[in-house]
Amino acid sequence: MLAALTKTLNDLQLAEDCLQDAVEVALRKWTDQDIPSSPSAWLITTAKRKAIDRIRRDANFASKEKQISHLLEMTSTSEQEPDLDAIPDKRLELLFTCCHPSLAEKTKVALTLNTVGGLNVDEIAHAFIEKKSTMAQRLARAKKKIKLAGIPYEIPALDLLPERLRDVLSVIYLIFNEGYSSSSGETLTNVDLSTEAIRVARILEQLLPDETEVSGLLALMLLHDSRRYARLNNDGQMIALEDQNRQKWDKGKFREGKALLTNTLKKQKIGPYQLQASISALHNESPSWEKTDWAQISALYQLLFQLQPSPVVRLNQAMAVSYAESIEPAMDILDEIAEHKNIQKYQPYYVARADLARRAGDVKRAKVYLNQAIELTNNEIEKEFLIKKMS
Amino acid sequence: MQYLLLIYADENAAPQPGTPEFGPFMQGYQEFTTHLQEKNAFVSGDELQPVATASTVTMENGKMEVTDGPFAETKEQLGGYYLVEAENLDMALEYASMIPSAAHGRVEVRPVVKY
Repeated sequence: MLAALTKTLNDLQLAEDCLQDAVEVALRKWTDQDIPSSPSAWLITTAKRKAIDRIRRDANFASKEKQISHLLEMTSTSEQEPDLDAIPDKRLELLFTCCHPSLAEKTKVALTLNTVGGLNVDEIAHAFIEKKSTMAQRLARAKKKIKLAGIPYEIPALDLLPERLRDVLSVIYLIFNEGYSSSSGETLTNVDLSTEAIRVARILEQLLPDETEVSGLLALMLLHDSRRYARLNNDGQMIALEDQNRQKWDKGKFREGKALLTNTLKKQKIGPYQLQASISALHNESPSWEKTDWAQISALYQLLFQLQPSPVVRLNQAMAVSYAESIEPAMDILDEIAEHKNIQKYQPYYVARADLARRAGDVKRAKVYLNQAIELTNNEIEKEFLIKKMS
Repeated sequence: MQYLLLIYADENAAPQPGTPEFGPFMQGYQEFTTHLQEKNAFVSGDELQPVATASTVTMENGKMEVTDGPFAETKEQLGGYYLVEAENLDMALEYASMIPSAAHGRVEVRPVVKY
């Protein structure tokens, strides 16, 4: 509803305020006997009337005349309550607005959670360990920028679409990962960002069923999420994939993710999220760590590296190679990326180094690397996990 | 909406007169201006003299104070601008990306306040 109103009014803040007004009216007016046949349509119509009132009260009356007559026309022609299907779905437009490249990363995340995800300011502030006032200010500033800078409420033109869709997907994945690893907190927050990210991805998947990377991302998140309850022990300590109780993996989520992935791969428009989902699915399908199809995982990382030449991908590939082949070629890969500036402060790199050193029998070096990894971790759960590994 | 496209670049990084790159570079500007005019998007636009010619004025106790040079010494200098009419930010960003100096400098896009 918010998305539809925003599109009509071309003003996110105004749309939110008017919808709020309409809800207040509804709370007063609606009684058990007197609920309109289509509550959503009623709310939209009422919100539009409230918008006219608000714009009229606005000092710049003259300059808003056009907007008012446009609205008047819309409300008078729909005096009868329109049915719900007639309200156009504008969530996609809103999602593109929230993830516009002219907004800062954290702002995109907060806006998406607030307008498309439906979390309130309190919940978002809590999830990001920020004061409520700071988060409220961030959101207000963003909405103001959207309005003043003329960030459109539109699905981007065809030539911009692939790039903008990548932006949207990366924001959703960022939200998921923030919830999954909760990198900045001592314990997991009560607002479940991972579930929220999956919810937004489901909406996007419904709206863009032919975009294979959208389905790929949704599948990837479902597959990751299927392992969430096996990731922590009763004391809240992290358990490595290697040591997880595979019986605890959520079979429902796995089945849904896998089915989605299989259907998507058939369309033969491969992309990074689909490849990562394929890797994740191979882990799910293996009865144990030792029986994992490391050769295929290594090959998938090779493909992924061609699409996404990042040292992090090579790092993951190295670990797969260490199981599929042996330790030496894996170490060669790590040597090859060692000089990369993004890798030198990347904690998993040192964990990987330590693991390979230990498996090669060099306990002393393994400890040196583990110490470096511990220094780079600010999440208490992960720190405990690494310290335990030391002994 | 109107947007001001502020063109910032290192003056020494731009193609210099007398080099083979200079001709195509200037022609790029001409083509861009024509493109804006054809789209009815051109309001105004100018190249500025080098930053060495800049003076900065402020009023101190009712008295004019003038200093030599730009407001802020930066690696990249304001070298020119376009004022364009665009439907929304995406359109304005697209225009900004077409400015030849965007290849070696940066273009700041600012919406203009309308009263």
